[in-house]
Amino acid sequence: MEMLSGAEMVIRSLQDQKIEYIYGYPGGSVLHIYDALAQQDTIKHILVRHEQAATHMADGYARASGKPGVVLVTSGPGATNAITGIATAFMDSIPMVVLCGQVPSTLIGEDAFQETDMMGVSRPVVKHNFAVKHPSEIPGIIKKAFYIASSGRPGPVVIDIPKDMTTPTDKFKYVYPESVSMRSYSPATRGHSGQIKKAVELLLSARRPVILVGGGTVGGRASAEATELARVLNFPVSTTLMGIGGFPASDRQWLGWPGMHGTYEANTALHNSDLILSIGARFDDRVTNATEKFCPTAKIIHIDIDPSSISKTIAADVPIVGPAKSVLLEMLALLAKSDTQPDAEALSDWWAKIDQWRQRHGGRYVRNENGSLKPQQVIEALYEVTKGDAYICSDVGQHQMFAAQYYKFDKPNRWINSGGLGTMGFGFPAAMGVKLHYPDAVVVCVTGEGSFQMNLQEFSTCSQYSIPVKIVCLNNQSLGMVRQWQDMNYESRHSQSYVKSLPDFHKLTDAYGHKAITVKTEAELIPALEQAFALKDELVFLDIYVDPTEHVYPMLVPKGSMRDMWLSKTERT
Amino acid sequence: MRHIIAVLLENEAGALSRVVGLFSQRNFNIETLTVAPTEDPTLSRLTVTTSGSDRVIEQITKQLNKLIEVVKLVDLTEGDHIEREMMLIKLKATGQHRDEVKRTVDIFRGQIVDVTSSIYTVQLTGDQGKLDAFINAIGGAYILETVRTGISGIARGDKILSI
Repeated sequence: MEMLSGAEMVIRSLQDQKIEYIYGYPGGSVLHIYDALAQQDTIKHILVRHEQAATHMADGYARASGKPGVVLVTSGPGATNAITGIATAFMDSIPMVVLCGQVPSTLIGEDAFQETDMMGVSRPVVKHNFAVKHPSEIPGIIKKAFYIASSGRPGPVVIDIPKDMTTPTDKFKYVYPESVSMRSYSPATRGHSGQIKKAVELLLSARRPVILVGGGTVGGRASAEATELARVLNFPVSTTLMGIGGFPASDRQWLGWPGMHGTYEANTALHNSDLILSIGARFDDRVTNATEKFCPTAKIIHIDIDPSSISKTIAADVPIVGPAKSVLLEMLALLAKSDTQPDAEALSDWWAKIDQWRQRHGGRYVRNENGSLKPQQVIEALYEVTKGDAYICSDVGQHQMFAAQYYKFDKPNRWINSGGLGTMGFGFPAAMGVKLHYPDAVVVCVTGEGSFQMNLQEFSTCSQYSIPVKIVCLNNQSLGMVRQWQDMNYESRHSQSYVKSLPDFHKLTDAYGHKAITVKTEAELIPALEQAFALKDELVFLDIYVDPTEHVYPMLVPKGSMRDMWLSKTERT
Repeated sequence: MRHIIAVLLENEAGALSRVVGLFSQRNFNIETLTVAPTEDPTLSRLTVTTSGSDRVIEQITKQLNKLIEVVKLVDLTEGDHIEREMMLIKLKATGQHRDEVKRTVDIFRGQIVDVTSSIYTVQLTGDQGKLDAFINAIGGAYILETVRTGISGIARGDKILSI
């Protein structure tokens, strides 16, 4: 049997787990591990410039591939810097394993240099965390960490590794476990057949149904099944912000996404529906608006792998705990055998109403006559130039909403954004993580000049590893979403939402050895995008000046129902 | 409504902090909490009393179940159950009140477990209501110190919480 040090076990376990990339930053407590890393070449390490970026890179990769991303950071500030990225992954149920150094176990609790109680600090934002108490536990803990992170409702798992657990001279027997069995953790593998049958009966008797496709459909790799179900039933589909791509946006049955900045037709259809089939959506406050006014006539079938998501904010009539894919397959099988058909006449009336609602707003915006750009038209041009086939990794703010509204995603795992935590600075490193794993894909970070500056140091990482992502920066010289709320709720007092001294992004990009293109007019837009995407091996930063006064619409009216929306600065439902 | 939730959890460092953290993190309320290892040293049993609407209690049990180290749990208040709490209470016992205190202790079937010339230390077991009633009967002026364990509970009959 092989004898390895704890540090070697960490690396060996990751190899046995078939990990290709880890993202991290060295420091005192993880030096033994970094030394073990240097003595092999199967795992590639990406040295970021800030630990937060390491977590977002791992996260972006995980969202695109469905596999857990891996992060390695040191104790203290290394670990706390990773927290924002861990919390981001936690809120969106993204599988991730974060290995954190810790001061030697003999010093824990003594306020040692670079000591932080990472178990305590991370506890509320992880699916689980482990502290290593003996080096021989390392392979078992790593195996469990990957199992927990990627099974059931996925999420981040932290492993806290005191430095003396990795001492190079202390060798122990190494065995990587083949399987995991935990008496206290057994996520559902299929839904309850009785409940599924009840759900199918409700589906077949619905007159005004809407299928709500959530992040659990995309994360649960169930988009094909959800799409088939929607087509078999001829039901309208709304995909939540996290579920975008879970049903093709170019399909006639797609209504857009619901909620705060959802489409008029999705929100109105949900409000008037008599049945909502929710597939891995969690009725987040940004979707429901006032819960007591939420969809008053709708019965709710709620499929979720996590029982605590069901009836948390909106009571479910038919709860189904299970993985979206297997539940949907079971539903499809029942439908195939069923003698009953959906009520075609009722559905045709329902579709006629929906088509009317589609006319009301339809994502319209007014272009400026002076040739200056509206943010929406930049996204439309991006869609056109990339032929709708890019990975779009978004930051957080108005540009995120515009990107989600105007880029039409036909495939799952292509829309990558921090939906739950709303982490500014997420988009750029997430795009880097995607691009590393999918070098032939077109990977775009849609950002704003506010968000981008929260992780712009990663320009340097992109130089080091030649990561040619394209950055579309909607530069409105202000924190657009904050400004919009100030316009609407604070009589346009723009408290701290104006960024006074922006850097010269052109020079900044140059300084890191990348290419920048500045766009100020409509005429320059398409040629600039075409030029950027033609430069396949270069990181290109597109600094695109857009109208700072633009607002995102529709917008739900606070404390209202789903049908209460602002459709423009002056028009309300 | 008050609920008593009994939880079997892995007897591991940090497991308790996950339970306590969950309550504060999700704005759930804890009235009492007791925890100790069981006859199986790998398991701890925790009893928590809490209150909230049905929706909140449902969330509490679901969120507890989601903790990786929680093996099993049951809401004891959903069925017949026995609940007990133990109190140690130090009482002023001087002059004419010394006998009165002793009589009250007897009525509540408490035991005097320590005595000085001016103090009785009393041990009393029962449900929360009984302990509260004793405190009322003695009166605040005579109470020097109290310590209560919080509620432990178990289902009546053949219902068993085990793995």
